[in-house]
Amino acid sequence: MFENVSRRQFVTGSAAAALALGLVGCGGNNGGDSAGDDAATSIKVGIMGPHSGDNAQYGLACLNGAQLYFDQLNADGGINGKEIETFVYDEKGDATEAVNAYNSLVQNDGVTGIVGDVTTIPSIAVAQASVADNMPCVTPSATAADVVTYGTNTFRACVTDPVQGVVMADFASKQGYKNVATLYKTGDDYNEGVNKAFCEEAESLGITITTQESYSDGDVDFNTQITNILATNPDAILLPNYYNEDGMIVTQARQQGYDKVFLGVDGWSGIYGGSENYADAADLHDCYYCCAFSASNESDVTKQFIADYEAAYDETPTNFCALGYDAAMVLAAGLTAAEEAGLEAGSEDYKQAVIDGIFASTVDGVTGSISYEDNGDPVKSSLIITFAEDGSEVTFDTIEA
Amino acid sequence: MDIFLSQVLNGLQLGSIYALVALGYTMVYGIILLLNFAHGDIIMVGAYVSWLVMAQLGLNPVLAILLSIVACTLMGVIIDKVAYAPLRNAPRLSILITAIGVSYFLENGAQLVFGADPKVVPAFTDISTINLGGLALSFPAVVTVLVTIVATVALTLLVQKSKLGKAMRAVSEDMGAARLMGINVNSTISFTFAVGSALAGIGAVLYAMAYTQASPTMGMMLGTKAFVAAVLGGIGSIPGAVVGGLIVGFAEMIVTWLGLSVWKDAVVFLLLIIVLIVRPTGIFGRTMSEKV
Repeated sequence: MFENVSRRQFVTGSAAAALALGLVGCGGNNGGDSAGDDAATSIKVGIMGPHSGDNAQYGLACLNGAQLYFDQLNADGGINGKEIETFVYDEKGDATEAVNAYNSLVQNDGVTGIVGDVTTIPSIAVAQASVADNMPCVTPSATAADVVTYGTNTFRACVTDPVQGVVMADFASKQGYKNVATLYKTGDDYNEGVNKAFCEEAESLGITITTQESYSDGDVDFNTQITNILATNPDAILLPNYYNEDGMIVTQARQQGYDKVFLGVDGWSGIYGGSENYADAADLHDCYYCCAFSASNESDVTKQFIADYEAAYDETPTNFCALGYDAAMVLAAGLTAAEEAGLEAGSEDYKQAVIDGIFASTVDGVTGSISYEDNGDPVKSSLIITFAEDGSEVTFDTIEA
Repeated sequence: MDIFLSQVLNGLQLGSIYALVALGYTMVYGIILLLNFAHGDIIMVGAYVSWLVMAQLGLNPVLAILLSIVACTLMGVIIDKVAYAPLRNAPRLSILITAIGVSYFLENGAQLVFGADPKVVPAFTDISTINLGGLALSFPAVVTVLVTIVATVALTLLVQKSKLGKAMRAVSEDMGAARLMGINVNSTISFTFAVGSALAGIGAVLYAMAYTQASPTMGMMLGTKAFVAAVLGGIGSIPGAVVGGLIVGFAEMIVTWLGLSVWKDAVVFLLLIIVLIVRPTGIFGRTMSEKV
């Protein structure tokens, strides 16, 4: 989901910039004040991401989420009686800056774990740089497959794009759909990756893929593809695309008389009720998409998180705030294990203990329960979201990993 | 059979919108030999007016349709007066480059005013589907085809039967001679821009009805395809623009129907290349011999 920066999110994100910039300043001050502190009384953790520039809304959201978790942890007495001390670096969305920030965190600040990086390309650079140090890193949101492949020290809190295709295929099977068609945009890893993963999983579950139709960037007329799809009489149509195109496709398909199911993935987030309504509420019946976090989720964890976040930052948390929070939670689980083993902070044994601790624990985050098996890709549950008659989002189901 | 009829309707719908835009291109070219590259962007203005009237002001859809057409008409006339009229006697290259400049001005202006995000134009009616003997037809598609037929007939009558139409034909044949015969050339050219832009306004409403989103660059590809349609049919010819539009629409539909949607644009431009090689004047184009 990350390579595509939506301008809508950018606008909403930048509204929070002033607030969060203040926070970056605080982080810096903390670092300065604590230089003389006794290392044994605190656990040093780095938080990095793009806090200015084009991807700032993602970086700031992750930072706010992670900082909120560490603040709560400190209020509860920290880990092993030690306070978490955060060091915040803005890498401006640039890979070189990200590696510089990483080196500074490790060499100057002496951190024992990092929440970051946020976007794909800087995350890959940091993942490559951190292997030699075996430094535990948890990225909230980098979805590219590569990020966790360089060593065992990098984890992510989000799922990769293709996993969402698998989740929706499982959901389709659970709902009893026998014939499913797909309509996806070509030339984009996100859309193509989800489509491929969905089709493979669906066929292995005995679902017939009746047709796979495609379109190109910038297309607005999907009628011909829809006519092709309707001729195969599917029970459901998968649209693994972004909300504005999905909105047009849903509208045109309903105009052609299709009244059955649409399936989507997290690109659907914002199709209704955001800055614009990309489809009529009346057309959004029988639409289901999966995502990690929704404010419509009625679970206690989510409600508590939203209340805490709104109290701290005076705005409604997004998906990225929740992922930042969960990434901090994952790292804290590893740090707890290392602290309980009584190891010396910064030693090789300590870092390995953090990594082993993350592998050993299951974290109940706001984006679902997160655990790790073979590598840094999480095994986690997904929410299935649908729409009420007035277009508002409703959490329909949870698909366990 | 059902799929065949549905696909024909899809092709007709696409082709009709291209035809309406191509008519504007062809009329302006016919009278002052200008490829008005800003024409596609006039559609964009019309779609934004629909959005403003309905989504922002919450007014009646009928008012939105009328205001969109009026706004496009005025826009066309103003563009001619401000950007093209002062260059009437300048080399044709200057005025062509000005047209490209106007196009960029409109696109970036819209981005400045409305932002780069697409705006959603609300539905004009509650009807979205027409059931015809078990065959569900898209309401916007049916309306688009019908409106285009009416607009084309009306335009043909205007050009062939009315006095203003006669003046337009005279100016297009020989501007100097027309002026000597007492025809007000400037107002005739303005009238041509007004009619062409009004058709663009109708196109904008039909576009907004079918595709629901207005964005600053929506006129770019639409304008280019309509330009191809106008050249295919023979630029300057009214039936040529309609036939060209339908050919482009059907070509896109057939390519997509075959599951080759990625090749859609390539096929359209390949058609243009073939026509330019085989019959450079287009299907309905006349070769005019210049007397020395």
